[in-house]
Amino acid sequence: MGDSAYSFSLTTFSPSGKLLQIEYALTAVAAGATSLGIKATNGVVVATEKKLPSILIDEDSVRKTSLLTPNIGVAYSGMGPDSRVLVKKARKIAQSYYRLYKETIPLSQLVRETATVMQESTQQGGVRPFGVSLLVAGYDDQGPQLYQVDPSGSYFAWKASAIGKNMVNAKTFLEKRYSEDMELEDAIHTALLTLKEGFEGQISGTNIEVGIIGADRVFRVLTPAEIQDYLEEVE
Amino acid sequence: MGLMSYNGGGIIAMTGKNCVAIASDLRLGSQSTTLAVDFQKTFKIHDTLIVGLAGLVTDMQTLSQRFKFRHNLYRLREDRDMRVSAFANMVSSMLYEKRFGPYYCEPIIAGLEPDGTPFVMGMDLIGAQGQSEDFVVAGSNTESLFGVCESFYRNDMSPEELFETVAQCLLSGVDRDCLAGWGGIVHIITPEGTVSRTLKGRMD
Repeated sequence: MGDSAYSFSLTTFSPSGKLLQIEYALTAVAAGATSLGIKATNGVVVATEKKLPSILIDEDSVRKTSLLTPNIGVAYSGMGPDSRVLVKKARKIAQSYYRLYKETIPLSQLVRETATVMQESTQQGGVRPFGVSLLVAGYDDQGPQLYQVDPSGSYFAWKASAIGKNMVNAKTFLEKRYSEDMELEDAIHTALLTLKEGFEGQISGTNIEVGIIGADRVFRVLTPAEIQDYLEEVE
Repeated sequence: MGLMSYNGGGIIAMTGKNCVAIASDLRLGSQSTTLAVDFQKTFKIHDTLIVGLAGLVTDMQTLSQRFKFRHNLYRLREDRDMRVSAFANMVSSMLYEKRFGPYYCEPIIAGLEPDGTPFVMGMDLIGAQGQSEDFVVAGSNTESLFGVCESFYRNDMSPEELFETVAQCLLSGVDRDCLAGWGGIVHIITPEGTVSRTLKGRMD
C-alpha cells in the first residue's frame, strides 16, 4: 500500500505506551462542534451544533446527522469528510448484512463492524486514523441504544454522552440531569438545554440539528420549525 | 451419470400445527453399489433448525461443515441462534457464491421461527429459494416423493399425525427409487424439543 516512504505505520507506540496519532485524532474530535446523545426509556435523541463558517452557506445542505438504516442514525464530531466515509461504509455493512440474512442488522453488530473499520486505520501502513467520533443511536429488538465510537475503534454504550468542543461541561450537565426513567420528550428537552449551556450565540432551529428515534423504530431528523417549538418549551 | 444421483437419497420436510418434520433415507451408495445403510442426510443447526442435504455426498459434507462454522461464529458474535429464515437466506447466498462452479447439493431447511411458526424451504443447487406452506422434497427421485406427499398431506397435523404421514411418505416414496431407501430417520421439531425416530423399511 503506497510507496516505501509511507509503508510504515503512523500509529507506532511511544515509549510511554501511547499511540500518539490516536491521541491527536481525539484532539481533532475535541476541536469539533459539540454533539450529544441521550437514551430514554422509549427512544434515543442525538443533537449536534451546526456551526457554519459563514452566513452565506446554505444551512439546509449541511447535514450532521445521517441515517444508516431506517432504525439507526448517527451524529458526529470532528472532520466532516471523514464522517462521510464512515457513514458510507456503515450503510454498506448494514445492507450486506440484510442481503445475507434477510434480517435488519442489530445496532450492536453495526457499531462493532464500524468500530473495526476505524481500528483498521490505526494498525496499517500508510493510513491515518479517522478524525471523528460517532454517536450512533438506534432502536432494535434489544430496545433503544446509544453508542459512541472513537477514532481508536473503541466503542461504548452510553445512557447519555457528549463529544466535541464542549463535552466536559456537557457531560457534567448531563450527569446531573439524567434519570433512568426519562422518556423521549424529556430527553429532547434535556438535550436542547445541554446544548444551549455551551452555545456561543443564539441557539435556534437553524444552527443545531436534532435526530430522534422512538418506539416506532424510525429515525428522523427534526425540522427547524419542530426544533424551534421544543426550544420555546424549554425557555 | 449425473452428479446429483451418484450417491442417491431422498429428503422430505413437512409442516404441521406448530411443528415441522424433516426426514431422510439412510442409504449411501456409489451408483449401484450400496456402501452404507446408516447414513443420515439431516444436520441439526440448533434446537429449532435442521437442514437436510440431498445430492453429492462430498458437497453435502462440506456444506454441512460450512453451515456449522457460520452458525457457530454467528452465535458468538450475536449471542443468539440464527432465525430459520435468516439461515435459509444465508444458505442461498453461500450457494449462489458458487454460481459458475456449484455445490451439487439441494438443501431442505426446516425449523420454527422464534414465535413458533413452522418454516420449510427447498432450494436448488445455486440457491433459488422455494418456500412452501406444506412440504418440500429433494433427492434422486423427487417425482415419487412429490406424488406421495401431495396425496397424503393434510393441514394442521399434530406432531404424532405428522410423524405417521412423513414416515409413510418417505418409505413409499423411496421404494420407487433404487438409489434411495434402506430405512429412514424422521425428526419432529416442536417448541418443546425435537423427537427423532428411525424407520425400518424395505432393505433393498
